[in-house]
Amino acid sequence: MVSAFVALDGVSHAYGARGGSGGTLAVDGLTISVNVGEFCAVVGPSGCGKSTLMKLATGLQFPFKGTVRIAGQVISQPVKIAGMAFQAPTLLPWRTTLDNLLLPLEIVEPHRSEIRRRKADYVARAEQLLTSVGLQGQGSKFPWELSGGMQQRTSLCRALIHEPQLLMLDEPFAALDAFTREELWCVIRDLHAARKITVILVTHDLREAVFLADRVFVMSARPGRVLVERPIELPRPRDLDVTFTPGFQDIVSELRSHIVRARQ
Amino acid sequence: MNSNDLFVRLAPWIYTVVMFLLWEAAVWLFNIPPFFLPPPTAIARAFVDFWGPIYRHSLYTLSTTMIGFGMAVGFGLLLGLLVGWSRSIYAGLYPLMIGFNAIPKVAVVPILVLWFGIGFVPAVLTAFLISFFPIVVNVATGLATIEPELEDVLKALGASKLDIMRKVGIPRTLPYFFGSLKVAITLAFVGSVISESIASNYGIGTLMLQAQAQFQVPLIFAGLIALAFEGIVMYWAMAVLEARMTGWAQRSGFAQA
Repeated sequence: MVSAFVALDGVSHAYGARGGSGGTLAVDGLTISVNVGEFCAVVGPSGCGKSTLMKLATGLQFPFKGTVRIAGQVISQPVKIAGMAFQAPTLLPWRTTLDNLLLPLEIVEPHRSEIRRRKADYVARAEQLLTSVGLQGQGSKFPWELSGGMQQRTSLCRALIHEPQLLMLDEPFAALDAFTREELWCVIRDLHAARKITVILVTHDLREAVFLADRVFVMSARPGRVLVERPIELPRPRDLDVTFTPGFQDIVSELRSHIVRARQ
Repeated sequence: MNSNDLFVRLAPWIYTVVMFLLWEAAVWLFNIPPFFLPPPTAIARAFVDFWGPIYRHSLYTLSTTMIGFGMAVGFGLLLGLLVGWSRSIYAGLYPLMIGFNAIPKVAVVPILVLWFGIGFVPAVLTAFLISFFPIVVNVATGLATIEPELEDVLKALGASKLDIMRKVGIPRTLPYFFGSLKVAITLAFVGSVISESIASNYGIGTLMLQAQAQFQVPLIFAGLIALAFEGIVMYWAMAVLEARMTGWAQRSGFAQA
């Protein structure tokens, strides 16, 4: 049996009443476990606590009931191994693209104490990462000089530069046009395949979830908990064409019917 | 450069000249007595006749203003960072600061005179007291409006609060800070001149008070113009500083049409 890397066990979390059970429950009795190197997607009706799940799994919030374990450890402070990307690229406008990428290295140990000495190495690493997402030679530009899709690629690179063990993606492609979105699906697919990192993707887009994930969790309406856990057995590497096959469509419509039910 | 650009560059001068021309014309047209509203030519005359005193007193006012303003920048920046740092400090200090800011500074001058005597120190302190508030508010606002997602990204990397402050908080606060300097510098002039007109033997405020006592109305207006000139120059200096330090924040084409 593969060991769980991220494990939420019977987790309940509320906002409002200072973390107690008096506030509005965001998630209730949520149990999810994600294996090392696995790509998991979480889908559900809006407001089902998907973003709360992200915060719980990275130690940015703590549940009042249940436990969150990462690599076997119950977490009591923000994890230091996670990379995150959101719907908004959240790049720093006063830094160039390259300097934006270097930001995590200025914070995470051991890079933090070595960045002065090994600056050239790190810059080379950042440039290599930019190349791998199709942004070669764009490092000296400022974020606002890049298109939305390019900014989002940069944001992904920033989430990966310190080689995190865990990548958390909160609807990272939601604000992009359909073609750019599908392009970035492939970018993420390749990065995951190359680096064997554990990915948790929160999304509204069922095609995205099915195309990328090994397993899809369907969450209920607020307070969120897992209704269905659906393994996606489509063989890897997956090509974009797979999204037009009947098998793929079936999974999507099956997930869709779960969510329609969850909304009622 | 096309003709539109040229006009934009010349616009400040054209508008200023037109204002003075209208003023001059109005005085002649409506036959306004010069002791009520002197025409610009009479004010210019006063500038020539009293150049020495105007120059000396202007420099004096400029120095008290700049020292007070400098104190306000240092103190305002520090207090702003402190207030932006912690919600409890914010909650505790904010009402006090608003209350303090609501006090007319003209009412504080007598107290300052009581403590420090008339002249230099009250003028500096009044300039300081009147101008630090916008700096504090702006710096605190800059810190309070850090995007929560960005904070999450950094926290999930194990960043401390000081890290977040250094890497994100302070840089993103700079446009707010430099913006507030433009407000603060003009307020600082108000502060020092108030103090000089109440309790000082030097400065533009004093000069205008003396001119008033001698009924030299053109000289009073010359004092006002000298103040306005100093205010414009310092404001412009702050605007240049702002543009140089935070060019990344000023890329909107909104006002360029």
